[in-house]
Amino acid sequence: MSEGRFSTAGAAGTRLTISRWLLFLVLGAFVLVYLTPFYVMISTSLKSLDEIRVGSMLAWPETLTVASWAKAWGSACVGIQCDGVKPFFWNSVQITAPAVVISTLLGAINGYVLTKWRFRFDNIVFALILFGCFIPFQVVLLPMARVLGILGLSGSVGGLVLVHIVYGIGFTTLFFRNFYITVPSELVKAATIDGAGFLTIFTKIMLPLSLPIIVVTVIWQFTQIWNDFLFGVSFSAGGGQPITVALNNIVNSSTGVKEYNLDMAAAIIAGLPTLLVYVFAGRYFVRGLTAGSVKG
Amino acid sequence: MHKWLQDHLPKIVLAPSFAMVVVFVYGFIAWTAYISFTNSKLLPRYQFEGLLQYRKLWEMDRWHVALDNLFVFSALFILFCMAIGLLLAILLDQRIRIEGALRTIYLYPMALSFIVTGTAWKWILNPGLGIEKAVRELGFENFEFNWLVDPEFAIYTIVIAGVWQSSGFVMAIFLAGLRSIDDEIIKAAYIDGANLPRIYLRIIIPSMRATFLSAFIVLAHLAIKSFDLIVVLTRGGPGYATDMPATFMYAMAFSRGRIGLAAASATIMIITVMAIIIPYLYSELRSKRHE
Amino acid sequence: MSHKYQIVMRKNRTLAQALVAVIVSAVLPLAAFAEPTVEVLHWWTSGGESKAVQSLMQEFSDNGGTWTDMPVAGGGGDAAMTTLKARVLAGDPPTAVQLKGPSIQEWAEEGALAYLDDVGQAEGWDDLLPPQIAAHMKFEGHYVGSPVNVHRVDWIWANPNVLAKAGVSMPTTWDEFNAAADKIQAMGITPLAHGGQAWQDATVFETVVLGVGGNDFYQQALVDLDPAALNSSTMVQIFDQMRKLRGYVDSNFSGRDWNLATAMVMNGEAAFQIMGDWAKGEFAAAGKVAGKDYLCSPTPGHGYLYNVDSFAMFAVRGADKVAGQKLLAKLIVGENFQKVFNLFKGSIPARIGVPMNEFDYCAHRSAYDMQATMTVGGLLPSYAHGMALRGAQAGAITDVVTNHFNSDMSSTDAAKALAEAVVRSM
Repeated sequence: MSEGRFSTAGAAGTRLTISRWLLFLVLGAFVLVYLTPFYVMISTSLKSLDEIRVGSMLAWPETLTVASWAKAWGSACVGIQCDGVKPFFWNSVQITAPAVVISTLLGAINGYVLTKWRFRFDNIVFALILFGCFIPFQVVLLPMARVLGILGLSGSVGGLVLVHIVYGIGFTTLFFRNFYITVPSELVKAATIDGAGFLTIFTKIMLPLSLPIIVVTVIWQFTQIWNDFLFGVSFSAGGGQPITVALNNIVNSSTGVKEYNLDMAAAIIAGLPTLLVYVFAGRYFVRGLTAGSVKG
Repeated sequence: MHKWLQDHLPKIVLAPSFAMVVVFVYGFIAWTAYISFTNSKLLPRYQFEGLLQYRKLWEMDRWHVALDNLFVFSALFILFCMAIGLLLAILLDQRIRIEGALRTIYLYPMALSFIVTGTAWKWILNPGLGIEKAVRELGFENFEFNWLVDPEFAIYTIVIAGVWQSSGFVMAIFLAGLRSIDDEIIKAAYIDGANLPRIYLRIIIPSMRATFLSAFIVLAHLAIKSFDLIVVLTRGGPGYATDMPATFMYAMAFSRGRIGLAAASATIMIITVMAIIIPYLYSELRSKRHE
Repeated sequence: MSHKYQIVMRKNRTLAQALVAVIVSAVLPLAAFAEPTVEVLHWWTSGGESKAVQSLMQEFSDNGGTWTDMPVAGGGGDAAMTTLKARVLAGDPPTAVQLKGPSIQEWAEEGALAYLDDVGQAEGWDDLLPPQIAAHMKFEGHYVGSPVNVHRVDWIWANPNVLAKAGVSMPTTWDEFNAAADKIQAMGITPLAHGGQAWQDATVFETVVLGVGGNDFYQQALVDLDPAALNSSTMVQIFDQMRKLRGYVDSNFSGRDWNLATAMVMNGEAAFQIMGDWAKGEFAAAGKVAGKDYLCSPTPGHGYLYNVDSFAMFAVRGADKVAGQKLLAKLIVGENFQKVFNLFKGSIPARIGVPMNEFDYCAHRSAYDMQATMTVGGLLPSYAHGMALRGAQAGAITDVVTNHFNSDMSSTDAAKALAEAVVRSM
């Protein structure tokens, strides 16, 4: 076999041998499996209720109707409010944006400190911070509620942002630390000799190098925070709920008949931002991972 | 003064994050552990009551079902995610033109919350509406796939949905690991006459030890945290056949007003996590002294 | 007091008065127009329930109030209870919460609820509410919540066409039920439409307890939690009947929502559904007529299992919120709301004396039976719907019931497990 990764012939010259066919077959089978749920969601959201009731789940709609999408966005009833998921979409944006930015920044500077400014016990400090990634969120719900109350942040966007920052620091620090470890310390030493201070080195040297890992971190944090339900339902007040809570309300409510097409349309709208991020920035994700963040 | 500030600036900068973690992770763990030794019901009470809640916990059939499910689910979930992730990574590593598109397709499930995809999965796995119906319509009259509603097999449907969601991410990790292996070693092996499978088995996979470990940690953490998956697919049912520690803890704390009991189950969960993570962290950070 | 001191006091007093006057004149307009506001936590987001809550919101706004909706759907209130706990612990509870039964007393014990005695007195609630219902709304003699309705849980809903085809009539004993179900099953139609969710299993269970065990037994087992009753031969018989019912449901029942099971009865896919009268809301929303398109009859037995929905008012700060609570509490027990809400929801008014001419015959039957059992006995709180027991005990019982329903556990084992589970949950 001279094709594939280690081909000396180059990608352009690969012949379609049996093994190549087999390769595509297997990959194709997996594509089908991976795409089926999403296909079901899209096709259902474009069908009318009658067609859903009578037809098969896998059939493409006979008549395409976008009514469910319009309804999901602007007029579906979430409780008593019948404005669709639009207001909750903006709530999620308000919560996610600051949380992603701040947790990423903190992760970057933490990673920088932990790799370029060693001090005694710094590995233990890192381990302690890292362990925060693994705590199941249900466990911290009640004490967090109490603390938010004490801080006067209960039921506010600020409170949710704080929560997401706190539980994101473990991951962001991990990503940046593993990345910065591959940056030669000679760079930092040379800069120190030239008279650059702690912050200057960070902004002038480390940050410019960090684009791949910044992308990985932002993608990861955005996904985690946008998709969060538990914190969103516990720490928001009426009107300030994120879109996952609204989606839960829509999906778990039915007026006489379960409106599957509405449910699916609302679910896709709720998932669209993260989906788009992965579609367009996915390659940076792998590139960033390759750049040393998860190798270990 | 300025010198002192400069000297200690790194630690000062790190301090807020560290403080937050100390309070919001370890402080809360301590709080939870303390509550597990009290008789808290609807709201927390702080009177020490000993091992009362742990005794009650261990007497509950539902808790044992949850623990069993955790091990069964974790083992299968990690195994299949790793196997499929590795397979896909190796396949994608073969210089394919449409690699980018394929990678996106395998990765996208991770992007979506399970609350989003769960509705579709419930449908697909439902005997009367999903796969069983579709296959029967294709002509196989006696095809049965009612795992979702069978107390014995429901847990496996959760494995299926979970693997679907996370294997793409594992694939990305492995792909990154594969790509970072020095080509020279491979080329040398090629020249020595080794064929592709041999190269993979003997050289590449063994040198990805660190990647395997990373993937394992990510998967173990996802398995223990599994919550959305179960709530959406089965709600812990049929009966409580698919209950897991995370959903058990949640039910006890918020539906049953038994916070003390919930805290005990949570403490067990945390200890389990620690048992897996701490040895890993120890070995990782011991051997790394990059400078 | 010395003269100098008196002058100083008077000066200070005038100054104080002036200050107070300034402050009051700034604040009084606000206090006088304390805009009643409420943030309402509930999970009535579907069908008839949603319409019912909207009617309350409408009335509240018509009376000058501002309603902030905080819906958290799902699980019959599970997610909502999470939100509630988090908010209470944070010291910022919602103003009004959809809460019922012993939960109200549980929260009141923790000091989380606000007293509504002034509203109760002004409106004369003691005379307007049946004593049993009023008792649920009180804590140590103080009103802490307002009842919205009285649901009856132990109903059978049936499709008259299916019954006619099978040649059976509405059963009055459990043996008749089994016989009818056998005939219907032989015809190839699902006898019992059921949704395999824990609370639905529990609903069927308690109607069987009521019917097979009798009123006194129900009280002993599911309200007093007498271990001798829980692990008795009667309980074994009850689980036997549950096993029989398990055989009458279709293979897709697991996880099905209750209103989809109602739909099965509506379109003839099934003959019976055992469900509370909120099912009537579904029939009504689909334009079906009682007596013609569907039949209602109490499950075999001589009791009445009630479920009273209510809103509990939590202790909040701020004149607006307190005013909002009082207004909401008053409106809820008001005659107009009691009529409109219950027409949508399928239940009957909690308030005595609401004109019933717009209600259908199932509602009339319910009201009649409620009166009768109030007098002769048999008016019992539903355990499955959180009226008889606290969450811990109710949950423990439900665990055993749903486990038995979904496995091949023997009835003797189930009865034993039931008694043990209750003891352990204390």
